[in-house]
Amino acid sequence: MNKFINIAIKLAALLTFSIFFFIVSYIFIKGVPNLSFKLFSLEYTSENVSLLPSIINTVLIIVLTLLVATPIGVFTSFYLVEYANRRSKLVSLIRITTQTLAAIPSIVYGLFGMLFFVIDLGFKYSLLAGTLTLSIMILPIIINTTEEALLSVANNLREASFALGAGKVRTIFKVIFPICINSILAGVILSIGRIVGETAALIFTLGTVPKIVTGLFSSGRTLALHMYLLSTEAVHVEQSYATGVVLLIVIFMINSLSTYISKRFGRLGR
Amino acid sequence: MIKISVKNLNLYYGKFHALKDINMDINKNEITAFIGPSGCGKSSFLRTLNRMNDLVEDCKIEGEILLDDKDIIKDIIDVNILRKRVGMVFQKPNPFPMSIYDNIAYGPRTHNINKKSILDDIVEESLKKAAIWDEVKDDLKKSALRLSGGQMQRICIARALAVRPEVILLDEPTSALDPISTSKIEDLLGDLKKEFTIIMVTHNMQQATRTSDKTAFFLNGELIEFNDTETLFSIPSKKSTEDYITGRFG
Amino acid sequence: MKGKRFEKFMKGIFILSSLVSIVSIVLICVFIFKGGIPFIKEYGLKNFLFGREWKPSNSPPIYGILPMILGSFYVTIGAVLVGVPIGVMTATYMSYFSGKRIYSILKPSINLMAGIPSIVYGFFFLTVVVPIVRDVFGGTGMNFITASILLGVMILPTIIGISESALKAVPKEYYEGSIALGASHESSIIKVVIPAAKSGIMASIILGVGRAIGETMALILVAGNQARMPKGITKGFRSLTTNIVMDMSYASGTHREALIATAVVLFIFILIINGIFSIVKRRSLR
Repeated sequence: MNKFINIAIKLAALLTFSIFFFIVSYIFIKGVPNLSFKLFSLEYTSENVSLLPSIINTVLIIVLTLLVATPIGVFTSFYLVEYANRRSKLVSLIRITTQTLAAIPSIVYGLFGMLFFVIDLGFKYSLLAGTLTLSIMILPIIINTTEEALLSVANNLREASFALGAGKVRTIFKVIFPICINSILAGVILSIGRIVGETAALIFTLGTVPKIVTGLFSSGRTLALHMYLLSTEAVHVEQSYATGVVLLIVIFMINSLSTYISKRFGRLGR
Repeated sequence: MIKISVKNLNLYYGKFHALKDINMDINKNEITAFIGPSGCGKSSFLRTLNRMNDLVEDCKIEGEILLDDKDIIKDIIDVNILRKRVGMVFQKPNPFPMSIYDNIAYGPRTHNINKKSILDDIVEESLKKAAIWDEVKDDLKKSALRLSGGQMQRICIARALAVRPEVILLDEPTSALDPISTSKIEDLLGDLKKEFTIIMVTHNMQQATRTSDKTAFFLNGELIEFNDTETLFSIPSKKSTEDYITGRFG
Repeated sequence: MKGKRFEKFMKGIFILSSLVSIVSIVLICVFIFKGGIPFIKEYGLKNFLFGREWKPSNSPPIYGILPMILGSFYVTIGAVLVGVPIGVMTATYMSYFSGKRIYSILKPSINLMAGIPSIVYGFFFLTVVVPIVRDVFGGTGMNFITASILLGVMILPTIIGISESALKAVPKEYYEGSIALGASHESSIIKVVIPAAKSGIMASIILGVGRAIGETMALILVAGNQARMPKGITKGFRSLTTNIVMDMSYASGTHREALIATAVVLFIFILIINGIFSIVKRRSLR
């Protein structure tokens, strides 16, 4: 019996790793040979199915989404940890809200973004509508990581600052924030991963135009969305693999960066 | 000369009556020690003097605390200005995770002193007063966290001095330190009292006898006895004081 | 006094920021419900939830989402059957069997797995797994089997991550106590450690279920998407999520309202799952 359990557990772990390894290597083996210069043309045509516009759009939407969501998320955590009474109604309300926001499926976000930003506010399919939808979506990630980081800062540093006559705002920005910056950054990078991989929330908000966006009200597509649209067309299988490789490389880089930063934080932390 | 005069002070944490009718005059340029068993209210009292208790929820204060004839609760409305005048050093050394220089300059910068030359002077002067200048003068840009515990505590003292306070509160400043660091800090306090009024909570009765001019004994939120240190330790007037200093409890 | 005003101002900004998430959730509820509830009222909740046919182009159109509810339900069960045993056992391996070196490979791999975009999973299953399933079971290969395996794999990182920390949080004394009584390593873990981590593992499963129900774009590539009552595990089906995407691009009028109403149902399912999750999590913290 023990032997059986032992083998089953080991097999399960082996299976998990094999699945991961097989998916990744398969995409790489099939995709890398298909990475051609043509795929990185500035202009998309139905013949070259260039990735470059989607990559540029992805970068733009990442930057804009972070610009919107990071301050809001970080400030929310400041309020939750540094000001609010931990047992107050508002705090538990915000806690329930962030937890719910984290649980809502992307497609519901997409639908909401379409109904509110695209139709009701009249943004049409646009960079702006996509950005705002994603900002709400990543808010819980930023709030949670920042809150955890703030809570880990020893209270006696706050006291030391107050005892020198510093106010809360100064204490937060000069003492506490610099200590937390690495873990906040790790959370931000995590959100980048989420944005890069997102499709369902963007298809009805950002739209699917395969061109570089020209402004906040212009529609476009991100890399993941590009891959989805290629896969449904079924005529561009090679290019889909190549897109998959690019996506995986981006995700791997983001992941290693996030681990590196949180490890560095671990060494600095106290 | 009286620096701080406390009249009929009562402190409540919610329903808990933490300090009961405290009356006490604290002299300028003296070291006053607070002793008593854990939970007796001595730390709460110390934290009332620079209103650190404001950070505690449901904390209520009644009575008067006069700092140079001004009530710190009614007259000095801005706690940040009060805390500039009444500095504090904590039990566990708590330098900020910044360079030594930035640690010391943090307070002055808080109070809008930003000129490099002035800051340089303040940093040097404060570190000298805290008797640590010689040890760190070449490493001012290094992180304060790389120092030993005793050095860190003197950095914290220097940091408190840098805002040029009138009173310094010390909350068991040596309880986390080794004997050698402790004696360095005790020597330092003797020098500092020439310029500042020092109030110190301590668990260590030898420390009180070695360093302080006056000692106050607290028990269950009450000030039991307050006298010259020598008198209090040699001829205590209350039975509970005698029990405590002879080690019968606490 | 200028400083005081600045303090107040910044505090105001922080409070305003923290209201954003509350406002967002209110807006999401308002817009999704406002778009869907009137339709449900008009069409009839019973007809909508228990209608066995989805024929938006009939005249009059028929909007019954029972096929999609069942589709989501069955495929989630399938995903749990695939993902939970493998996930929990992998988590057990990681917390009690693996050496440092293997762990240092396995852990980042699981993290990466969590980061792989769902579209990549979907595409991989479409091009690799669908043909295999087609060869073995006939038909198109886009069916409950493929979709269950896909979602089972996709929820693995969630289940492994949370189960692992639950298993690691079990006090060492439990395990040592059992070993000291002469029990073997394996049976100590099966009989003592895993039961002690029960609520954490449950929480991981519930979170995995939430992910499986909400997954859309990967599923759409391998589910077949036929809007009909589920006919067996080797047949295609449509889930609540894919129903929205499949039809939304061309839907208008009541058809579109019916899709938003589908999202309402999905949303409520997710809220229920989330509620159960917080209860279980609270219990596991105790």
